[in-house]
Amino acid sequence: MTYTGWILLTASLVGISSGIVGVFLILRRMAMMADAISHTVLLGIVTAYLVTKSLSGFHMLVGAAIAGIVTTFLVQWLHSKGVQQDASIGVVFTTLFALGVILIATKVGNAHLDVQHALMGEIAFIPWNTMEVPFLGKIPIATFILGIVLILVVTVIGLFYKEWKLTTFDPALAASLGIPVLAMHYIFMTLVSITTVASFDAVGAIMVVAMLITPAASAYLWTDKLLVMIGLSAFFGVVSAWIGYYFALWIDTSISGSMAFATGVIFLISFLFSPKHGMLSNWLKPQAGKS
Amino acid sequence: MNILEVEGVSAAYRKNTVLNDVSFSIPKGSLTGIVGPNGAGKSTLIKVLLELHPKLSGNVYFFGTSLKKVKSKVGYVPQRGSVDWDFPTDALDVVMMGMYGQIGWLKWPKKIHRKKAMEVLDKVGMADFSHHQISELSGGQQQRVFLARALIQDADLYFMDEPLAGVDAATERAIMAILRELKNKGKTVLVVHHDLQTVEDYFDRVLFLNRTVVAHGNTSSTFTTQNIEKAYGGSVRWLKEGIGIVGTHLQ
Repeated sequence: MTYTGWILLTASLVGISSGIVGVFLILRRMAMMADAISHTVLLGIVTAYLVTKSLSGFHMLVGAAIAGIVTTFLVQWLHSKGVQQDASIGVVFTTLFALGVILIATKVGNAHLDVQHALMGEIAFIPWNTMEVPFLGKIPIATFILGIVLILVVTVIGLFYKEWKLTTFDPALAASLGIPVLAMHYIFMTLVSITTVASFDAVGAIMVVAMLITPAASAYLWTDKLLVMIGLSAFFGVVSAWIGYYFALWIDTSISGSMAFATGVIFLISFLFSPKHGMLSNWLKPQAGKS
Repeated sequence: MNILEVEGVSAAYRKNTVLNDVSFSIPKGSLTGIVGPNGAGKSTLIKVLLELHPKLSGNVYFFGTSLKKVKSKVGYVPQRGSVDWDFPTDALDVVMMGMYGQIGWLKWPKKIHRKKAMEVLDKVGMADFSHHQISELSGGQQQRVFLARALIQDADLYFMDEPLAGVDAATERAIMAILRELKNKGKTVLVVHHDLQTVEDYFDRVLFLNRTVVAHGNTSSTFTTQNIEKAYGGSVRWLKEGIGIVGTHLQ
């Protein structure tokens, strides 16, 4: 595949995984948790490096997943002890993130880890960092990992689709039916963490928040069906990735920045023109009623 | 046989005790109204019984055993305000959620579940709204959907949290007709209720709750001015002794 092909494929995988996970983040009103986890995975990555002395993507995936679970657990615990939800998110993620920054700056600062890279990502380098995969041949490591993460996301969401729907819509009923609501909360947050860290190389930790939240928020404006919302969200993620890439080429700027910006543009269009909830249709409706 | 046995249950939110030494038992085939002032712990009581909120002490027996073993026999209708009605789903889908326990893990709902959900929607007079997004429904219609979702569970014991709050008169009549039908079929129903005026018409048993059980028994013998005053803190204004209450006054 061509250089451009790999970049577009990688970014599309980010868009699809984030788009699917993002729908449930939005509906569970946990958009802020995406922001929190996108920061604390830094601590997970640094710790994984300190423990294994390896920069392998899989070690980092595990480290980040653990960091995500720890974040979720601490937020939940502080909240149950009487700290407000948003305050406990704010306290936990800034503290863990700061710890990550301190560790990076002292121990591994001279190694290949740097904050700039982790937060902003550099998708342009992805096609050169390859590995040999049976049957598939030489493919970029980041692309391979993202492919596995996508399969994982689709499997976990698909197998327990009705449980995800019910625990999101009505956790009390779910619990009364015997569905382990809290366990599913942790599993979901693990999915968010894994998606986030897998997207690190591609778009960076900060930009993945845009990919998680904005396409899902846009999709929410277009449909009243959950499955359609998931499909649209993934679609918007992919479209943003492509528009962002070509826009970045055109004016020669940051690719991940352009991709995140493109999600915002799609949201703006949805906000203005969606037939059900858009500003324009809301503005036109009373007029139509009068005539 | 007693369907539900509650012994000395206490519960708290953080450090505030909400329920203290609550004990009562519910016979099979009864329709019980749980009444009490705001903050008396009515909703909390249901949540504690269903293990949605931890209890500090006491024992609860469902059908003579623990809830875990008989979960499929217990149905729950949460307060309407407890969910997000802007959620992207329609009325039929919400009703099908009541069957998620029966359908089991790893399976998606099938046509037969859809058909059954349609039948139950029809029963609550909502068949024409099956494909309406749930935010397009009125309060009364939303409550009917919630009731349909509970009916489809085909449970033997139902807990309903304020099913008649903020609904129109027609919905109130429809819901009460269904509750009576459940009772006549030998099912047991507990309803958190806020309107003292209708207690005598609607329920054969009444449970006065104010942090603990104030009084409990057959409506005819238990729903007395004395018990109402005990539960509501004394100053209840009566329009005509024993007939209707125009309002409650709490110190």
